[in-house]
Amino acid sequence: MSTEAIRLDRWNSRAFSAIQSFAVRYGLGIALVIVWEFAARKAGSIFFPPPSEILHRAASLWLSGPPHRLFLSDSVFQDVLPSIFRLLGGWAFAVLIGIPLGILIGRSRNLSDLVNPSLQFLRAIPGPALIPIFMILLGTESTMRVTLIAFGSVWPILLNTVEGTRTVDPVQIDTARAFRIPRHARLWRIVLPAAMPKIFAGMRVSLALAVILMVVSELVASTSGIGYRIQNAQIMFLLTDMWCGIILLALIGYVLNLLFLKFERRVLAWHRGARGRTAT
Amino acid sequence: MLTVEHLHHAYIREQVVTADVTFDVRAGEIVSIVGPSGCGKTTLLKALAGLLKPTGGIIRFQGKVVQGVPDGLAIVFQEYGRSLLPWTTVNGNIELPLRYQSISTDECRRRVAESLQAVDLSGSGERYPWQLSGGMQQRVAIARALAYQPKLLLMDEPFASVDAQTRADLEDLVAAVRDRFGITMVLVTHDIDESVYLSDRVIVLSRPPSTVLAQVSIELPRPRDQIKTKAMQQFVEKRSEIAQMIRRPVDGEPHP
Repeated sequence: MSTEAIRLDRWNSRAFSAIQSFAVRYGLGIALVIVWEFAARKAGSIFFPPPSEILHRAASLWLSGPPHRLFLSDSVFQDVLPSIFRLLGGWAFAVLIGIPLGILIGRSRNLSDLVNPSLQFLRAIPGPALIPIFMILLGTESTMRVTLIAFGSVWPILLNTVEGTRTVDPVQIDTARAFRIPRHARLWRIVLPAAMPKIFAGMRVSLALAVILMVVSELVASTSGIGYRIQNAQIMFLLTDMWCGIILLALIGYVLNLLFLKFERRVLAWHRGARGRTAT
Repeated sequence: MLTVEHLHHAYIREQVVTADVTFDVRAGEIVSIVGPSGCGKTTLLKALAGLLKPTGGIIRFQGKVVQGVPDGLAIVFQEYGRSLLPWTTVNGNIELPLRYQSISTDECRRRVAESLQAVDLSGSGERYPWQLSGGMQQRVAIARALAYQPKLLLMDEPFASVDAQTRADLEDLVAAVRDRFGITMVLVTHDIDESVYLSDRVIVLSRPPSTVLAQVSIELPRPRDQIKTKAMQQFVEKRSEIAQMIRRPVDGEPHP
């Protein structure tokens, strides 16, 4: 075989494996959408419009704006972006409160004994059950919704941070103490990095919770947001609009998780590496 | 340099690990501590390092009573994989303890390079510990200790987790480092061969509640050689002398 032919052959096999990996990754999803399309058309039920119709409607709902706004329609600015801001804002508060508080509790046996029963009790309260109280205290604007998202999604971050900082390898701590690394540096340079894998796991779970809480918070006494639009569309019997909202939520959750995973891979590259080595 | 007087330690009441241990270490010496398993070797080492407060007795390091970790002391643990930080590079690991000493950045960099060179890992500074073999990781741990420029280096079973060939290489490395830098070393080991091969003196502990059974001086010529030294009459005699003490501990053995 000539080198030319070998090169071509190699290119072919590479292209083939790329197609194969794409098919394995997304094949099932695409197949499901196709089945859904045909089933919905055949059934002709107004409750279950085919995906092509939903897509068409979604485009006119959100992508019919003027070119200088990247074709984004008013609805994107009135509903979609506020929802995403509430979601990210609430989650950011959860991160900013959960990690420092978790470190404090994780590093102090006394504080942990003191607050643990109360924390377990608070955690058991389903976030949405607090909406009425939050409405009385904080009104019905974004503050209330952001607070609810923060309250409901702080727990995985807090508890994982406590767990992560508590279970730092004693050999690492002993080593640091023997080398007279001061206490504050031990926290920054050893305890925190050691707890990072657990903290990130908590942040990811809480991101998914934040999406749920964002929708729930928008179902009550609201005038904007994706959750509000879904409920409103259902009341007005605009079932395709309702489906658009549902699909958009799924898409937001999916993309956020994907972005977070990318971020996590970058920050915790050492962890993947170290774990991969010990496993073999 | 280091004196230990009537050291006593019990983790829980009535479970005495160390009953009464007394010995001293002179500057520049390599001293090994051997004994049957469970005799409190690691407990003793942690007490020397100031990581553990013993329930009785006094430890003095450079004339001062040890309360908390004293200055001028470095430690190498058996579990290199757990004592090195996986999220930072080899350089980062060696450098970390130096940052909190009053050392200039240049001096710090110089020490990192020099200590890596001493353990023959000059090219590996930018790699992560988990990218290295077990023996190399333990060499990083030794380099970290060297860069710290301790007066006293404590080692807890430092070569117990590596294969036999690596172990021999690391033993020779430690001996060479001692000759070059003149660091006093206290080494805890369960390997009698290793203790005789490396040390100027071997301290033999009894079963718990442990006391010092004997202090055996090793006057083998230096530099020592894995094959030649271990074939010497004196090496063989000392080894069996210590082995017998550890294997058949007689109850009520008199103190030395």
